[in-house]
Amino acid sequence: MVNEEEFEQDIIDSLEQAINQQDRRYYVLRLYIAGTTPQSIQALQNLTKICEEYLKERYELEVIDIYQNPAMAVPGNIFAIPTLIKQLPPPLQILIGNLSNTEKVLVGLDICSIQNHV
Amino acid sequence: MKKTQNKQLPKCLTGIQGLDEITGGGLPKGRPTLICGSAGSGKTLFSVEFLVRGATEYGEPGVLMAFEETAEELTENVTSLGWDLTQLVEEKKLSIDHVYIDPHEIQETGEYDLEALFIRLGFAIEEVGAKRVVLDTIETLFMGLSNASIIRAELRRLFQWLKSQGVTAIITGERGEHSLTRQGLEEYVSDCVIRLEQRTTEELTTRYLQIVKYRGSSHGSNEYPFLIEEEGISVLPITSVGLNHEVSNDRISSGIPRLDTMLDGRGYYRGSSILVTGMAGTGKSTIAAHFAQATCQRGERCLYLATEEAPQQILRNMLSIGLDLHQYIEKDLLRFEAVRPTAYGLEMRLVKIHNWIKEFQPRSLIIDPMSNMSLSGNTRQSKAFFMRLIDFLKSEKITVLLTDLTPGGTPLERTEIGVSSLMDTWLEVRTLETNGERNRLLYILKSRGMEHSNQVREFLLTKQGIELIDVYVGQGTFLTGTARAAQKAQEEFEQLSRLQKFEQKKRELESQTEILEAQITALQVQLKTQHEVLDSMIKQAENNQKNFLKNQEVMVKLRKGD
Repeated sequence: MVNEEEFEQDIIDSLEQAINQQDRRYYVLRLYIAGTTPQSIQALQNLTKICEEYLKERYELEVIDIYQNPAMAVPGNIFAIPTLIKQLPPPLQILIGNLSNTEKVLVGLDICSIQNHV
Repeated sequence: MKKTQNKQLPKCLTGIQGLDEITGGGLPKGRPTLICGSAGSGKTLFSVEFLVRGATEYGEPGVLMAFEETAEELTENVTSLGWDLTQLVEEKKLSIDHVYIDPHEIQETGEYDLEALFIRLGFAIEEVGAKRVVLDTIETLFMGLSNASIIRAELRRLFQWLKSQGVTAIITGERGEHSLTRQGLEEYVSDCVIRLEQRTTEELTTRYLQIVKYRGSSHGSNEYPFLIEEEGISVLPITSVGLNHEVSNDRISSGIPRLDTMLDGRGYYRGSSILVTGMAGTGKSTIAAHFAQATCQRGERCLYLATEEAPQQILRNMLSIGLDLHQYIEKDLLRFEAVRPTAYGLEMRLVKIHNWIKEFQPRSLIIDPMSNMSLSGNTRQSKAFFMRLIDFLKSEKITVLLTDLTPGGTPLERTEIGVSSLMDTWLEVRTLETNGERNRLLYILKSRGMEHSNQVREFLLTKQGIELIDVYVGQGTFLTGTARAAQKAQEEFEQLSRLQKFEQKKRELESQTEILEAQITALQVQLKTQHEVLDSMIKQAENNQKNFLKNQEVMVKLRKGD
């Protein structure tokens, strides 16, 4: 019998290894939130966690509160809150929601492709 | 009554031609209205016009949130209608915000809301001080985002929010198969729902508008045809609300003096509707042309809608009977508009006529022939069309003369389209076929409000135009044409021969008298002679007697006897 925890740990290890070895791309992220709504806060927390975990020291995060800067919502074509935009590296990616689905976030940010490893 | 009216919802004039009439003052003010319809039914245009009219005519700036088209596309699309959205945006009367949702670009990673839409809307509303908002088409959200329950909750919140903002909003929605909108938007918008539809019947496409729901207000519930034309949307109420046109007692000539005489001596009423019916080739157009001429001679304008013949052909033909209409065209008193009725649907045609009238300001309108109009619609539509047209003309005090072709073999005195009841004056031109010729007859079937002639007149087309001649009525018969002429000649002949006979008899009698008189003279002479003879005989006898007596005396003396 395979120890699940071990197995998962293995995967994560190899993942991190792969990332650390291959991925040196710099990330420019922009998160749109609306004040301190629960979704906004949750999104910020989720994102910070993911970034710290996978993009340590190679990301830049700008948080825009559209309550304070309503004009910013238009040029970014923001309609949902929270919205995360990956501006760099290309291609541009738009993620909406509180970023609680980590797998989707990772795929969306092109940090790793889960399917390749499962 | 007035109190209930006051209690009605405050309304927001749309400025869309005809719509405010149907809704009794526009859309519910400060509330959202749903406009639904299939693709291409005119939803976007309708909404844009609502904003443009608000900004330009009612001083109510607007916000357009477009989910499907960009501001540039929208601007381009409506330029042909004479609306300059760019300028309105520059003048801060309009704000266009394009919300672009591409499902391929978007990853949903958890719970979210549409707060940013609210912020954007609120920002735009504040920016221009908007009173009107259009969301076109918000259903795109359902296609771009997968979490329908979030969208539904957010829409409900959005409409509530719009109400709280006090803006009059239009939300457009795509028509669903079994419901008004695909996503059931009608559930959220409860105040006013308008449905747009495009239908093709007999190859003619007509757009219709229907007010499905208007809470707290009475509204016309019919399907109203509407058009997208050069200056925007125009909705045509099927009938004007009441029959309260101002009527005129003014009379105008028909252009045919004898016909005027038949019409109480003074011609048609101004602003009345005149129908000229008859079979092919009976001279209906000629009556119309005479009317056109009479109108122009008064210095008034006449619009001639030729639906069958080309204007040039009409001009040529009328010249052959001495009507020179060309001079009036040059003086800009007469205008021909020739359009094949099949070129547009009836609705389009109605609006075209409205526009021509608005532009040319005629006092008389001729439609020749109206029977051609019925080609582009069924009988009911045609009747509605004419009813609306005549209503409109009456309200403008424009006299209208329509000709109608009665097809052979149908009962006379019945129009194809069944519009006779709409007509004030009805002239019937009929042909009568006798003795190998056709003759035209004209009579007045009806003419409201005047003591018109009940006589049938023979109708002649001469080089000097129309002449109306009394038909022969007498000896129990009714004759026209050559028969009338023959009868007249016959009568003249008979008259002559009667005269001759009389003369002859007279002469005979005279000569007889003469003879008798001569005889009398002769007899008198004879009598005189006889008297003379008698006298002389008497005298002689007397003489004889005297002589006898004398002789006796002498004898006595001679004899001395005694």
